[in-house]
Amino acid sequence: MTKRLLEGSEALAHAMVAAGCRFFTGYPMTPFTEVLEGMARLLPDVGGSCVNAESELEAIGMAWGAAAAGTRTATGSVGQGLSLMQESLAELSFARVPMVVLNMARGQGDYFQATRGGGHGDYRHIVLAPADLAEAVLLIQQAFHLADLFRNPVMFMGDYYLAHVIEAVDITSADLGTLPAKDWALDGSSSGTGAAKIVSSIMPTKRNAPVYVKYGTYLETGGAKIAALEKGMAPLHEQGWCDDADYVVVAYGTPARIIRYVVGKLRAEGLRVGFFRPITLWPFPAEALRAATRQAAEIGVYELNAGQMIEDVRLSVRDRDAVGIGGISFDDSGFGIAPELTPARVAARIRQAMACLVVEAAA
Amino acid sequence: MIDPRSTATPASGRLSRGTLVIDVDRCKGCELCIDACKPAVLQMTANSRNALGYLYPELTPGCTACHACALICPDFVFQVWRYDEPVMASGEGEGA
Amino acid sequence: MSIVDTSLPPSRPARLVDDFSPSLILPGAHKLCAGCGEPAAMRSVVEIIDELGLTNRAVGVFGIGCYTAFSPGMDVEVLQALHGRAPSLATGLKRARPNTIVFTVQGDGDMVNEGLQEVIHTAARGEDVTCIMLNNGVFGETGGHMTATTVIGQRTKNSLEGRSAKKHGYPIRMAEMLAPLEGVAYVARGATNNAGNVFRTRKMLESAFRAQDQGLGFSMVEILTMCPTGWFIATGDAPDYLTDKMASYHKIGVIKDVAADAQANAEELTQG
Repeated sequence: MTKRLLEGSEALAHAMVAAGCRFFTGYPMTPFTEVLEGMARLLPDVGGSCVNAESELEAIGMAWGAAAAGTRTATGSVGQGLSLMQESLAELSFARVPMVVLNMARGQGDYFQATRGGGHGDYRHIVLAPADLAEAVLLIQQAFHLADLFRNPVMFMGDYYLAHVIEAVDITSADLGTLPAKDWALDGSSSGTGAAKIVSSIMPTKRNAPVYVKYGTYLETGGAKIAALEKGMAPLHEQGWCDDADYVVVAYGTPARIIRYVVGKLRAEGLRVGFFRPITLWPFPAEALRAATRQAAEIGVYELNAGQMIEDVRLSVRDRDAVGIGGISFDDSGFGIAPELTPARVAARIRQAMACLVVEAAA
Repeated sequence: MIDPRSTATPASGRLSRGTLVIDVDRCKGCELCIDACKPAVLQMTANSRNALGYLYPELTPGCTACHACALICPDFVFQVWRYDEPVMASGEGEGA
Repeated sequence: MSIVDTSLPPSRPARLVDDFSPSLILPGAHKLCAGCGEPAAMRSVVEIIDELGLTNRAVGVFGIGCYTAFSPGMDVEVLQALHGRAPSLATGLKRARPNTIVFTVQGDGDMVNEGLQEVIHTAARGEDVTCIMLNNGVFGETGGHMTATTVIGQRTKNSLEGRSAKKHGYPIRMAEMLAPLEGVAYVARGATNNAGNVFRTRKMLESAFRAQDQGLGFSMVEILTMCPTGWFIATGDAPDYLTDKMASYHKIGVIKDVAADAQANAEELTQG
């Protein structure tokens, strides 16, 4: 196991290549740009293709085409750029085209966009949110595997910190098991055989298919597809000090790293505080969160936005109060550095919240 | 402009270099073939309607197998044949 | 007037000149309007691909319009795109699988309204793909509405008084807009309103696919097609309407042919 000191964006590029990604496209946008630069450097050497897209529309379109050809494909952007991609992300989900989509987010305001989807119709994406680079290089490899397994896009939720921290990481190819061959992929060779393939969200079968499926009928399969994702994908999470916690703090991504550190310090001072970190934002680890907060008087949700994940927390823990203790926080650049995200300030918020708790005396 | 049909030789005097098979029930009566036919040997039925309810084309002697009808037809109703030996139309109908 | 029996193939010795439909068109009627010009265009596309021996490398990337109905009815691999987006999907597919022959099928509303930037960027990059635009000057599938190629004076459901330059601006000539880009190897505009034009259009499609196969760059064939429904005219009037109203503005012909130019230059030199 050899670790290398790498900046986040470059580490992610190496990890994607290690996972077999051979087509990447994107439009420059901070802090996604360096991932695009990394892929532009690495892909030609492995016979892959990195294409500069003229806009996010070209990017998602090109990724769709390459993925339909059976190539492991990724693209990405930042929140606003992903907003542009939403129609395509929805439609190619219906068409069952697999790909990995990176959001190198500015802050945490894109939670709804990622987990609900900003596009039309009924679809869901698995959303993976690492807290540090070691986890990120593993999760992004898993993302390609999951995308191919479910024939569905997988979203990788990064951020400015992840893009720019420099950490020692091991980028060996993770062995995630074998997958069925992509016999649905297009390369022209089935044309003229009487059984030409079609990758379409509108007319998913040819007329001479054993069962000719029309558009409306196909749309009705959306629910079953989501159910299959929920059934097939076990939610991932991390938790600590929850067993006897009066107060549990829920956070995801880079802030969760700070939360974990602060909670450890507060525990050492004697405060009965726990922490819970969803790793899959979808499917959300609802069962685990309910179990982890069983005896907590209150749940604090730390997220750098006006309250998005807190809705999923409330849906998971219906009989207890969840209160937001984070908030939108940006420095002047607006790129995602949050002045509020320091151990001292986070600790102060938790202390303040716990001071107001009414805790039932232990029996 | 003189309509070629008005000065056409009588059917019994026409040489047919080719003939058609017409899939009558797919026709949607657009009549593009009538205009497209250079020797002007296609005409729409006067009263006969197909299963879809449309008048459809029928062939008179003089086809040259130019396949303009097949090129233009949106419903792919024409199959075009070229005789090895051109056929002079008799007074009655040609065909089988 | 004696009627020839057209119910069966001839019993006299004869050769088949043209079958009902090419083998690449699967059985099953399309539901397009009587007199629609798109089926003749689609038929020409698959027949030319087959004639050039490119069938088992061919993938069609479809936009959204009436012609989408052909996607399940062709024995050609199909990738369905969103409105306007086909050129980007075609790019990704071609770059991932350079040996495929990739073509898009898009209407004027799809390519020139929704997808203008996509086709321009794809052409500028010189992608080895062939974009085919079925131009009937209306959004046909929604019932006949104005597009960026609708000609001045054309009445549609959202330009009832007829397109006016002052109110709606001028139509875009898409083929001419792409031709000057260096990445473009072949651009032509044909039509399917009469047999002669269908024949010419097939030649254009042949040149376009050859350009792709030889890696010369981007190729585009714009095909003017009749839409009597969208034009609110009788089907019999549509061929002349296309000639008089559409083709007078969107002119039929080969606009750019890099391969032919190179050949002509070479011939000049040898004759010089």
